[in-house]
Amino acid sequence: MDTESTYSGYSYYSGRSRGSHRHGERSRDRHKSRSKDSRSEKSVTINAPPAEPLLGDSTVRGEEVQDDNWGETTTAVTGTSEHSLSQEDIVRITKDLEDSVGLDCRRYFTLTLAVVLGLLVFLTPLAFLVLPHLLWPEKLQSCGTACEGLFISVAFKLLILLLAVWALFFRPPRAGLPRVFVFRALLAVLVLLFVVSYWLFYGVRILDSQDENYQGIVQYAVSLVDALLFIHYLAIVLLELRQLQPCFSVCVTRSTDGETRQYNLGQLSIQRAALAIVENYYRDFPVHNPALLTASKSRAAKHLAGLKVYNVDGPGNNAAAGLAHSQSRAMIAAAARRRDTSHNELYYEEAEHERRVRKRKARLVVAVEEAFTHIKRMQEEEQKKAPGDVMDPREAAQAIFPSMARALQKYLRTTKQQHCHSMESIQQHLAFCITNNMTPKAFLESYLTPGPTLQYSRDRWLARQWTLISEASVTSGLKDGAVFLLKCIDFSLVVTAKKIPYIQMSEEYIDPKSHKFVLRLQSETSV
Amino acid sequence: MSFVPGQPVTAVVQRIEIQKLRQNDHLILGFSIGGGIDQDPGQNPFSEDKTDKGIYVTRVSEGGPAELAGLQIGDKIMQVNGWDMTMVTHDQARKRLTKKNEQVVRLLVTRKSLEDAVRHSMSNYPK
Repeated sequence: MDTESTYSGYSYYSGRSRGSHRHGERSRDRHKSRSKDSRSEKSVTINAPPAEPLLGDSTVRGEEVQDDNWGETTTAVTGTSEHSLSQEDIVRITKDLEDSVGLDCRRYFTLTLAVVLGLLVFLTPLAFLVLPHLLWPEKLQSCGTACEGLFISVAFKLLILLLAVWALFFRPPRAGLPRVFVFRALLAVLVLLFVVSYWLFYGVRILDSQDENYQGIVQYAVSLVDALLFIHYLAIVLLELRQLQPCFSVCVTRSTDGETRQYNLGQLSIQRAALAIVENYYRDFPVHNPALLTASKSRAAKHLAGLKVYNVDGPGNNAAAGLAHSQSRAMIAAAARRRDTSHNELYYEEAEHERRVRKRKARLVVAVEEAFTHIKRMQEEEQKKAPGDVMDPREAAQAIFPSMARALQKYLRTTKQQHCHSMESIQQHLAFCITNNMTPKAFLESYLTPGPTLQYSRDRWLARQWTLISEASVTSGLKDGAVFLLKCIDFSLVVTAKKIPYIQMSEEYIDPKSHKFVLRLQSETSV
Repeated sequence: MSFVPGQPVTAVVQRIEIQKLRQNDHLILGFSIGGGIDQDPGQNPFSEDKTDKGIYVTRVSEGGPAELAGLQIGDKIMQVNGWDMTMVTHDQARKRLTKKNEQVVRLLVTRKSLEDAVRHSMSNYPK
């Protein structure tokens, strides 16, 4: 999509400091966009490196060519494809791509920088304390009790600082974000400046002049450690606490089917807000099911296919503008007349579908309830008495599965969910429900309604790699009215942010004794 | 029909004289009243002003003494035998109308059609 390059030009081309990996990303995304255009003509071309979600999607799109029986034949890629891959190949390529390096260069670079800075910070106070003993031991005053007490305080403060820095900075990252984390970079620069200035002062005033007052030197080292702890406190506030207070309400809409959710976020940069939104996406949004979108697409295709407008006059005609106008008016008028039947069809089709789904659901519920009655949990005493036909949960699930398999398969086909659940996963779920004493209704719950994306296995997600598209820089903070996109291969999430208004609350006191009531009558008396 | 607190109430009234009829052991007049200062004026279907807490005639029985005397449904009773009915409770109004030793009750009633008739006739005369 060419709009992609202009839209996100800022985020792609201005990060010059990041060097080679940027180029790698750009070329990969260009490949993705190219292959996406070709995909619209229902052909699959595989560029190197092969982008795995692309193929995963085309196997689902193959359903448009075939009918519902796709669930049975999962191995071939249909359409006019130059290469054909089986499902196992796709999964293997997925794993390879994940394991291979992509943005890892940048991650290791920042990690080494952080470790170096950490070591520098940790060893500086120790160096301050040790260097006088090494360089001018004879001139140095002996350390009294107060001074030795300061040693203990330095030791403990350093230990706390070590633990705190590990807790805040060195834990494994949850996600890889496109741009550097601005606050962390600023804090690193601040710490570096701080330590460098302390070293400067130390070098000039203490090393050069070979100060004998050792207590003063120890106090200097203690003041450095205190200041570092305060900087760490600032880091906690900036990185963790600042975004806890809700400040913006973001509205997230999925572009394919319009599912919308609202979240409250604090003051975050756009990339961190996007990360929070994606994490909530996996929990809140029902799984993306491309099979449900085919109906509206076929309707749209029918609308377009019905009308063909030809321009019989030459292209250089002066009246071409007026003609085009009248053409479009004619098209709209014809379309309006045609629409008399299509909404009717839609209504009856939807009613019919609803009826069919309910019938299948009723059959399914009855079949499952009957199947569950064949199984009974054995108690402890019975287990010792009669070791007859005893099964573990997996075998029990396999035993009762055939009686409900047909009804379940038909229901999944009717609701177009059959590609989300494999037979293996259904049996696993059944064994799980049996083990945990769940009722048939609890077992069926995950099949009757499409659950959140995390509920399904990874290869059904169709939502693995996210691209952030934003007009404002992604490291700038969220503002009122900010709009950005989180694009996946098949769909995108449109995010709009709105500021939570300032709330003015006032207080009113009501005396509990002031609650009094009267009876309102209207009686009629005959005289 | 409505009143301004502190100002005298003016209305065009009709004098109606009802002879009480003896029925078994009671003297009846043949109509029902509603309203009163202890009642909810908003539920009165006959009043124009829904804050009017006066006594209204809510039903006139067929062929009864009230109908014979010319009382109509929806009339507001202003006086009963000289006693004011604009600021009484429902029970007080009932008592005034059903005194056992009175054979005749003389009511002053008002209704909207009276006001309209007077205004209409006044406007016909040029000043």
